[in-house]
Amino acid sequence: MKSNWRILQPPGNHSNCIFSNIYLITVTPSPTGHPDYIFPLVLTSATQELFGCQADEDVTGENPYKLLKKEDIIKDMKTRASVSDFSPVKQLVLDYPEDELLLVFDRDFTYGQSFYLVLTVEAKENILKPSVEGDEEQMEHEEKEEEMIVPKTPESHPWISLGSEQEIKEESVTESRPRLRYKISPLQRRCGAPVCFSDRSAQDGKEGFVECPSYQDKSFSIREMEKHTAIQASSDTKNSSTQTLWKHPKNIWTQYEPREFSLEEKEHHLRSKNLKNFITSVLIRFEISLQQNYITDVFCDDWTALCEDEGALTGKTETQLKEYQSFMDLHFSKEKTISHVHWHPTISGVIAVAMTERLSLEERIDNSTKLLLNPSYILFWNFTDPINPQLQLECPDDVLCFQFCPSDPNIIAGGCMNGQIVLWDISAHVERLQDTRSGGKNISNKLDKNETPVVRYCAVSGIENGHKAPITDIQWLPETFELSKLGIPVENASRVSVQLVTCAPDCCVLFWDLRPPRVVSHSLTEVKQKSEEKPLENPHGVPNTFKHLNLTWKPFIRVSLPKLGSSGEYSPLKFSLRDNTVDCPSGDKPLQNAEREEGCGFAQLRVPSAKQQKPMENISTKLYVGTEDGELVYTDWKMEKDNDSGRLLSTKPIHRFLVHDTLVNTVTRSPFFKDIILTVGSFSFAIWKEGVTNGPILMSAFSRTMRTVGHWSLSRPAVFFIGKEDGSIEIWDLLQNTHEPSQSQNISSAAITCIRTSCISSKQHLLAVSDRLGTLHILQIPWTLRRSSNSERQIVRKYFEKEEERLEYFEKRQIKHEKKKKEMEAEEQRKKTELVMPLKQEEELEAEALKEYEQFLALEKDILKNMGLLNETEDSSDM
Amino acid sequence: MLQAEVEETIKRIQSQKGVQGIIIVNAEGIPIKSTLDNSSTVQYAGNVHQLLMKARGMVRDIDPQNDLTFLRVRSKKNEIMIAPGIEMYTQFLLG
Repeated sequence: MKSNWRILQPPGNHSNCIFSNIYLITVTPSPTGHPDYIFPLVLTSATQELFGCQADEDVTGENPYKLLKKEDIIKDMKTRASVSDFSPVKQLVLDYPEDELLLVFDRDFTYGQSFYLVLTVEAKENILKPSVEGDEEQMEHEEKEEEMIVPKTPESHPWISLGSEQEIKEESVTESRPRLRYKISPLQRRCGAPVCFSDRSAQDGKEGFVECPSYQDKSFSIREMEKHTAIQASSDTKNSSTQTLWKHPKNIWTQYEPREFSLEEKEHHLRSKNLKNFITSVLIRFEISLQQNYITDVFCDDWTALCEDEGALTGKTETQLKEYQSFMDLHFSKEKTISHVHWHPTISGVIAVAMTERLSLEERIDNSTKLLLNPSYILFWNFTDPINPQLQLECPDDVLCFQFCPSDPNIIAGGCMNGQIVLWDISAHVERLQDTRSGGKNISNKLDKNETPVVRYCAVSGIENGHKAPITDIQWLPETFELSKLGIPVENASRVSVQLVTCAPDCCVLFWDLRPPRVVSHSLTEVKQKSEEKPLENPHGVPNTFKHLNLTWKPFIRVSLPKLGSSGEYSPLKFSLRDNTVDCPSGDKPLQNAEREEGCGFAQLRVPSAKQQKPMENISTKLYVGTEDGELVYTDWKMEKDNDSGRLLSTKPIHRFLVHDTLVNTVTRSPFFKDIILTVGSFSFAIWKEGVTNGPILMSAFSRTMRTVGHWSLSRPAVFFIGKEDGSIEIWDLLQNTHEPSQSQNISSAAITCIRTSCISSKQHLLAVSDRLGTLHILQIPWTLRRSSNSERQIVRKYFEKEEERLEYFEKRQIKHEKKKKEMEAEEQRKKTELVMPLKQEEELEAEALKEYEQFLALEKDILKNMGLLNETEDSSDM
Repeated sequence: MLQAEVEETIKRIQSQKGVQGIIIVNAEGIPIKSTLDNSSTVQYAGNVHQLLMKARGMVRDIDPQNDLTFLRVRSKKNEIMIAPGIEMYTQFLLG
């Protein structure tokens, strides 16, 4: 028996390896060396002859099989008993089920002997039938056959064991023996001892590591029969990236200009026929469109335009003037009356009031000495302090009217009772006025708080050349123009109001210039006078703004008002220029103050020479003057040179209207319409339009109480206020009623002397009303009276135009009426002359009647003849 | 002289009520004649030209047989009327 055990040695030099014997156990046959169904036999040649299986004769290598009968074998065994070759298999042969046994000649001594006997039927069959390869092929055939069959859904069978569970069992690892346990512990003395660990590389020393590399063993080749692969469908993915290049940022710009044609090209185009044709063809379309636009505005929303915006219905029903504050000065207002009131143009909440004596002329004369000791003042009131006035301006005499300079609100000009003009400069005290307005406490001014500072006037006009009667109206000319010597308006280079206009009942209107006169020859006398006056002025710390004018000031134009149609002159009380600064104050002019120093300029300004001045065309030089007799005179202030005497004379007035019975106390222009003037006489008032010469557009009814003053509202074009003698104010709204005031409200018990409005803010409009007792009432104008509707201006304008038309119509009618009257008179005249003729005698009448009758008969005959009805025979027999 | 006629026609339109100005441009939008100042003219010409091209393109796009005859641009304050010529000139005026 050969042993199939081998000791395998790994190839290569293994000097550094520890070999352990690896035993490769191969599948070997059973320890006996042959399978159980094979029994090797030795057959002697005698037996071989007997059974006919001699080696190499009957049985050869190619044909080793020989079937032996069982009976023969048994016979042989019986004959030769123990000598028989078959004796070792005696029992096996006896047990053999079939008759024939297979004997195989084992040439190669595969099983150790030269013959072997197959002991089982199965093996015999197997050996005799084709070999294992043949079996495999058969199996494959069978498999293929199975595959050819259409696969049916396998039906469930009970599981048939094919030996797989044995394989699984063999594969699984089970414990075949109890686990070994080892307890390893170091020596006792080593426990707890400090241990020092150190690193050791695996590569140094032989004990570092044990390597078990793999190698390719050529003796083995395992063919992979089965392979697990998995396939999964996935979508294409693609990765891509971009990277912007970082470049240095830099500014880029382009500049372009539009393409244009040169002049020649334009000319060329303009001349081309194409253009002409085009334009003529296209023109019609334009004209149609324009016409459409003109006829009607397609896109105008009538509904929204109809209603007034912002709640005329918001329920603000207050219509009364509410009392806001009233000022009454205890020291100064006793026995005094307020003659004029003016709001400070820039500082809101400050109002200036001129106090005068409440005396008639006789009383004045009687008390003249007392009056000299009692100087009169202009007081400045501030809303924050109702008891103490902020400032007092001292006046040489009672001031009947005063105005702030429109370009510099620190300059105030006033007209006095004695015919002098007074100028004040309050630049030093402006901060005080502004401070108290803001309510700040100034420690430095503590002392002054209780006293009101008194400002003395800095200039008065000369008495000889000024007015001879109390100045009743004073106005500044706006800074846009100034007047030359002849009264021609010229351009004002300095943009500062430098000229004043005053009027007084001494029948002249004077124009004053604030600048020192041009004439050099008077300089000596001026200097003299100045030096004389110096000691009087300086101690009061009066600013020197108008030093050049003081006491030498005289007007440069004197306009007299000769009466139309008769001799004599009108005595003006109030006047109104077209481009004036009183009725339509513009709020932003005084801002120029910031550019100039205080009070500068007037002394440095010079009257420019006549050559340098540019005349302005659109300034109207006409003014309306209200006189003492109740007339309204429309005159021109330009002076004409009288050829005879060479003097400058004023022209005759253009119009004159007598509507009021007594003196005219107010002539004001509407702030909205430059040509609408309101004049208030004692019992009536009238509204005029400049240019309409027929008469007033509106004439009020006569009222029971005297009307003392009138004033247009600044915010509503149709509203104006009339103050009355009984201390009440009438509010007239032209849109509501023109025959009576829309409202009447009693303010005080004394007569109203002056009304002025001011807009503090858009929500607060104040009305300053002064009365004869010296009290100044400040009233708040309610919303209805200050809020003008959108189209109010147009409506009012239309109303005025309508009234104008009415006047014209009336005039025409008047003319017609007159004509008719004349005709009627002429006719009457004729009739009268006709009646003078004697009656005709009766006989003549009869003769005439006969003649007519005969004529009639003849006519009748003719007609009948013509008609063919008349017989020739019958004619005169009927008569 | 053709130029005089052109001038006269322009004056005629200009004198109508409510007309602020007239500009005549060529096919590319370069102004030829204008009654307004240069900067306004150029501004108007540039903008109107683009609008006109768009409008005309739109009309033509909807119906190729059609063509734009007149364009009125109405705004809050005024109205611009544009009349394109047949590939030649465009005239518009502001009302």
